[in-house]
Amino acid sequence: MRRTPAALAGAEPGPAHTIEFDGREIPALPGQTIAAALWAEGILAWRTTRVGGCPRGAFCGIGVCFDCLATVNGRPNQRTCLLPAQPGDTVATQEGHGRADLAV
Amino acid sequence: MPTSPSEPYDLAVIGAGPAGLAAAVTAAELGLRCALLDAGARPGGQYYRHPAPGLGAAHPERLHHGWSVFAALSDRLAASGVDHLAGHHVWTAEQGEVWRLHATLGPEAADRAVVRARSVLLATGAYERQLPFPGWTLPGVVTAGGAQAMLKAGLVLPGRRIVVAGSGPLLLAAASSLVTAGAAVPAVVEATDYLGYARGARTLATNPAKLLEGANHGAALLRHGVRLRRSSAVVEAHGTDRVTGVTVARLDRDWRPVPGTERRIDCDALAVGHGLLPQIELATELGAETRVTPDGTVALKVDPGQRTSLPGLWAAGETCGVGGADLAVVEGELAARVIAGAPVPAALRRRRERRRAFAELMAAAHRPGPGWTDWLRPDTDVCRCEEVPAARIREAVDELGAGDARTVKLLTRAGMGWCQGRMCGPAVACLAGDPNPRADSRPLACPVPLSQLADPT
Repeated sequence: MRRTPAALAGAEPGPAHTIEFDGREIPALPGQTIAAALWAEGILAWRTTRVGGCPRGAFCGIGVCFDCLATVNGRPNQRTCLLPAQPGDTVATQEGHGRADLAV
Repeated sequence: MPTSPSEPYDLAVIGAGPAGLAAAVTAAELGLRCALLDAGARPGGQYYRHPAPGLGAAHPERLHHGWSVFAALSDRLAASGVDHLAGHHVWTAEQGEVWRLHATLGPEAADRAVVRARSVLLATGAYERQLPFPGWTLPGVVTAGGAQAMLKAGLVLPGRRIVVAGSGPLLLAAASSLVTAGAAVPAVVEATDYLGYARGARTLATNPAKLLEGANHGAALLRHGVRLRRSSAVVEAHGTDRVTGVTVARLDRDWRPVPGTERRIDCDALAVGHGLLPQIELATELGAETRVTPDGTVALKVDPGQRTSLPGLWAAGETCGVGGADLAVVEGELAARVIAGAPVPAALRRRRERRRAFAELMAAAHRPGPGWTDWLRPDTDVCRCEEVPAARIREAVDELGAGDARTVKLLTRAGMGWCQGRMCGPAVACLAGDPNPRADSRPLACPVPLSQLADPT
């Protein structure tokens, strides 16, 4: 059997809950950050850059680099590597600066 | 605990990693009223990051090196009466007879705190130094410490086949964690040749624990058949939407890629880092004196009692120069004893001196060579936030006369984005030909909602 981080740590997590990512339901284990829940699903990108429209996801994993920003429950520019996933959270890929709704 | 909100703490410790934990519990045990402020939800900092309780990890120690040290510090914290203020991001420190630390707790105006204390100890640790290369912005390219942090806290991996690259002892630790957790690590790519350590035979001999630590990581890698490539670097990451492979090249002594030595390694993730940068902006903003470490980073200057140049401000651990968890614990304890006016055992001082000497040797051995800039292409983004390519920075230097990172920033916006230069700073300074690393100055140490700034408490 393939070794996994959970098996290594002897983890018996509480039941997974569900968050929504770009309209798709994905599971999150209790205590996982949004970024961790996305990685667990093999999702590595959830932002596109302002200038080049390039995909980005978690880079530093500790809240320093701001590459993992997403729109969470309608609020843009949230550092998903710091934010615990709460049941029912809606996470949307953030495009550009995340404030398109303010454009005039 | 203070009996009223108007009564300041004797000591506020910022950062609940090895240094801050050791300092807080020691100070409390010596009778000081102590607050421990930390941005994280749980104590431990980056080094002792561990799974959230909901993940039900029965064996967190298997994700760690030296877990028993943390377990002991946690027990002492629980018994100490220290006010552990979790989720507190300190964005500025106001200096005075009584210090005022301003923390933001969240996005709302009401989510904030001001903590007052007679003394402050800065134990904010470090983050990773990055040197850009073509493809380093691709999803799946992550920092070595980030891969470890996400593994330790969230029990997740960025991929199944992860190349680990860069320079410094963290690479071996990260690679050994990743293989132990089930990832395949086709190679660890280290830019130096390790010969730098040979110059410090005496320092090595007085630090057997550090040698053992290295040997343990090495043994884990051997057991999993991980290949260590020395004097080599990832000079390009390939892929369109995510990384699918990397090109590794041999480096000469100055870290210049040797033409014709390139070879490709397939992978679905790359964990990369080039040492650590002390996180000291709360102190440098107030004008604290700094020193340049042998690997070219800027750290706080402290005296033998861990005092910074600012009255009432102490520092311990990586903020004084990166040296690892063991040194951090020693310095935290030493600082607390000095603050409390308690005697400092000679053995504690000796231990710090030995570990400091090792840290300086390690830093010198992994100092980036100037030739790394040869692996940049004109279109390689150096500043990730503002998407500023190397060509624009070189233009600012060669044609517009910029000679330091600050001028480059004003001309190109490199370092002006979300991370405020934390990711690109060292690379930009190097490209600007700035020979003297300088302390970053940032009025706000972390993002804080305008509503909190607008309504001072």
